[in-house]
Amino acid sequence: MIAFDYARPTTIDSALAAAANTQARFIGGGTNLLDLMKGSVEQPALLIDVNHLDISAVEELPDGGLRIGAGARNSDVANHRLVRERYPLLTRALLAGASPQLRNMATVGGNLMQRTRCDYFVDTGFARCNKRLPGSGCAARDGHNHLHAILGASDQCVAVNPSDMSVALLALAATVNVRGVGGDRRIAMADFHRLPEDHPERDTNLKPGELIVSVDLPSPRFAQNYHYLKVRERASFAFALVAVAVGLDIDESGRVREAGIALGGVAHKPWLARDAATLLTGKSAHDADLDAVAAAALSGAQPLSRNAYKIPMAKNAVVRAIKIAMEA
Amino acid sequence: MKGSTGSAMNRVDGLAKVTGAAAYAADFDVPRIAYATMVQSTIARGRIASVQTERAAQAPGVLLVMTHENAPKLPAEGQKAQPPGDRALSLLQDDQVRYNGEPVAVVVAETLEQAKYAASLLKFSWEPAVPALDFESARASAYQPAALTHAPPDVTWGDVPTAMRDAPAQHAATYATPMENHNPMEPHATLAVWNGDELTVHDSTQCVVGARKALARKLGIPVEKVRVISPYVGGGFGCKGSAWSHVLLAAMAARKTHRPVRLALERTQMFGPVGYRPRTRQELALGADSAGNLLAIRHDVVSSTSTFEDWSEPSAVVTRMLYACPNVSTTHRLVKLNLATPTFTRAPGEATGSYALEAAMDELACKLQVDPVELRLRNYAEKEPESGKAWSSKALRECYRAGAERFGWSRRKAATGSLRDGEQLIGLGMATATYPANRQAANALVRIGADGSATVQCATQDIGTGTYTIITQVAADALGLPANRIAVEIGDSQFPEAPISGGSMTAASVTPAVQAAARQARSQLVARAVADSESPLHGLAGDEIDAADGWLLSRADNSRRDAFASVIARSGGSPIEARAQAKPGEEKDQYAMHSFGAVFAEVAVDPALGEVRVRRIVGTYSVGSVLNAKTARSQLIGGVVWGIGMALHEQTLVDPASGRVVNANLAQYHVPVNADIADIDITFVDENDQNFNPLGARGIGEIGITGVAAAIANAVYHATGKRVRDLPITPDKLLGA
Repeated sequence: MIAFDYARPTTIDSALAAAANTQARFIGGGTNLLDLMKGSVEQPALLIDVNHLDISAVEELPDGGLRIGAGARNSDVANHRLVRERYPLLTRALLAGASPQLRNMATVGGNLMQRTRCDYFVDTGFARCNKRLPGSGCAARDGHNHLHAILGASDQCVAVNPSDMSVALLALAATVNVRGVGGDRRIAMADFHRLPEDHPERDTNLKPGELIVSVDLPSPRFAQNYHYLKVRERASFAFALVAVAVGLDIDESGRVREAGIALGGVAHKPWLARDAATLLTGKSAHDADLDAVAAAALSGAQPLSRNAYKIPMAKNAVVRAIKIAMEA
Repeated sequence: MKGSTGSAMNRVDGLAKVTGAAAYAADFDVPRIAYATMVQSTIARGRIASVQTERAAQAPGVLLVMTHENAPKLPAEGQKAQPPGDRALSLLQDDQVRYNGEPVAVVVAETLEQAKYAASLLKFSWEPAVPALDFESARASAYQPAALTHAPPDVTWGDVPTAMRDAPAQHAATYATPMENHNPMEPHATLAVWNGDELTVHDSTQCVVGARKALARKLGIPVEKVRVISPYVGGGFGCKGSAWSHVLLAAMAARKTHRPVRLALERTQMFGPVGYRPRTRQELALGADSAGNLLAIRHDVVSSTSTFEDWSEPSAVVTRMLYACPNVSTTHRLVKLNLATPTFTRAPGEATGSYALEAAMDELACKLQVDPVELRLRNYAEKEPESGKAWSSKALRECYRAGAERFGWSRRKAATGSLRDGEQLIGLGMATATYPANRQAANALVRIGADGSATVQCATQDIGTGTYTIITQVAADALGLPANRIAVEIGDSQFPEAPISGGSMTAASVTPAVQAAARQARSQLVARAVADSESPLHGLAGDEIDAADGWLLSRADNSRRDAFASVIARSGGSPIEARAQAKPGEEKDQYAMHSFGAVFAEVAVDPALGEVRVRRIVGTYSVGSVLNAKTARSQLIGGVVWGIGMALHEQTLVDPASGRVVNANLAQYHVPVNADIADIDITFVDENDQNFNPLGARGIGEIGITGVAAAIANAVYHATGKRVRDLPITPDKLLGA
């Protein structure tokens, strides 16, 4: 680890001013950033501690939605009464991630900014990683890629986003509120994370120096029929091989009025299965062709040398999650 | 007298451990301590063309940058491996790189952060060569090793080809186990302190005596000048059985800097330079008559080792002793790869070999439509098959019976896929567990002090198993003292010599020595009492006197008694001291000595998602007498947990291009977590193996892992009808894509 400066601003404006330093990083819980710093993957010259900006509240919005402060701890969000009542899908996803100790530290903003756990990215002993060293190549493409992407990968990068929370936020159609020196922006979850394309070093569409201040959840539709299914080799404390977040708004006749379906563990970003959701809309448990819905969710999937299993696994997980959500 | 031995006494070191008072190797602090970090190669084969050290050397706080260019030259003779414990190391003696992750430099600074920062400034120019990394292609040049650790590589009896050809029922398959790393909770750590030409090393080791010898031999100094101290060890599992490179590097750096140097490995550094369980490929063929009586077994093992030291995983050794069979052939071969050298990993050989053999037996049982327990009973070995020797004691039949009953095995239907629970397929499987009963010479000292309390000293180790506690119990009974008046001092090479805490032999080796020394000390105390005219026991014969609760007392009249402290006080106050050695004798030639067990597993498999969860394990064991019911049960539970990890989770992944371990961290190298462990039911059959040692106790450190992976694999087959013959059984393999 190299020496770094540390700032603890108490206002968003002073945090943003400090972030003019291009070698600065914001730090929330530090559950990911500190590990990367110890391994010299991240070498910030300045850490800006955002734990004292008063951005940790969970507030009701006029439409019945919620605004969750970026500094709110994952545990606090998961167990917040209004989140449990209105967005139990988010609770389930948060509690499926990491361990209680990590969730007690990790923040919503930090969770959105988590970096991939691709083994070739997190170990500087590997010479090739386009995400860590742009232009150096991708060792995972021909290496141990059993945990890697089946959707949206590029020649440059086959890494996956590790977050559970983000998959649920995507299915819930959340919006990320960010602030920079140039002002405020609202970014839809679907546009927040990026596909790798030719710039895998960029995980998100945040501009340099922008700070996540909160996440908005639209008025709740999926509080009754939802499921978060995380498939993993061990029962806890493991990143998803494949994860599926399903939220359904089902009318009195049992038909799907609206569906939110997102996948984790399959792409460089949480993967929104729009076509699958469309196929499901208007259908009931009796006439929905879930295999077709799952096929739509995995449309375009391309396996790497060691992760072909993810395609049937993800399809089966989509079917299972929808069934459970419908039966709820 | 019914004493404390065998009871479920709480660990005597438990309070110190849970309060943090117990000092582990990296907890020792000394004045002027300096901190070292170990730098490792990032290529698998080649040489160091050059290394730029100037920036690192000039960084703040740096005391030493040690590379092959300036490391002290060590005597060549000492650098060769001396099996089993003394290894070929990487001590910066040349510019060669033989595996990715090999130690290539040490940086010492005033703080750990300074050392690590300076290390990041080192610039190596590598001259890479093409490494050998592909196990499968290397098999073409597999060779017979000179020897396994405790056995010849090949053992054959009968005529296997003919018997196999003529066998009415046959099963042949290839089973594979992956590279696995030990990952004790406490990573290796060393503090090296020189005082003139004397070296004291605080190390996390399973063998203070062995580490002392290795340090002396490799540094070229007299063994009397070296002291190794290791009072607490946070798990060893075999990787702390040898002094690895970092131990020597710490000593070299301390001598060069004239400072005490601490070198504590990071978790990622546990994946390579401190050993691992090597990958195995095991071909197993079974031939039987139609009733399931084995006619022939062939077990051929290939495992990998480094390019600079042979170490074989002795997987087929278990096949030489587990079942009665007239024709058996077992072989071990090695392939050299540009990886670090493997080493002993909990039940080396038995863990991997019992998986292959017991999975194969299950396949044979299915083929013959014989119940898996019944198949094993039909081939029950009444004597050791290889030697024809009688067993010192064996209660495996009772293990099968009692285990099956506790598990409810009789309710199992043979058909696969016959049990469901919602979306889950349920499967039941079983396997046999076994591990040899080992014992070596051990020495102990018992001192009864002026206050009547006792101290036991022995250069053994407690690697988390309960050694402190069982020594206390055995000494308490032998002396006639309450446990709380006995201090046990171990983990110091200056104490009387004892063997490595490995091979499941600490309890069996050390407690007889402690018992003998304690009895001698008690005899001396009795002698003082009966010779003392002021003692109420004056004039009695030694065998007329008992000891209990710190009193010597007349057997005939318990009111005639004399306190330990009083006897010593009246005889001048000098403490009583007795040393004893205990070692195995002729019984070794007479008997075959093994522990046994039966393991039953219930699994739930999600056929759509490939997830496997173990719902319960029943393990019933024949291990001789149990010295502490609580620590013994804990030991077995720990072994079973690792067996679950071996079956479903653990594998070290090596990058096929660079030879670097890909998942060198506990986030991606999966061991079971609490949520993976459901009900583990451990019981022991009533047994006392007096043919093995005076306490009747065989070791229990390793048997717990054996058989578990096979029982789970067999249960997965029972659930799904799918045979996964390469561990771990991960979802990708069950989804079969």
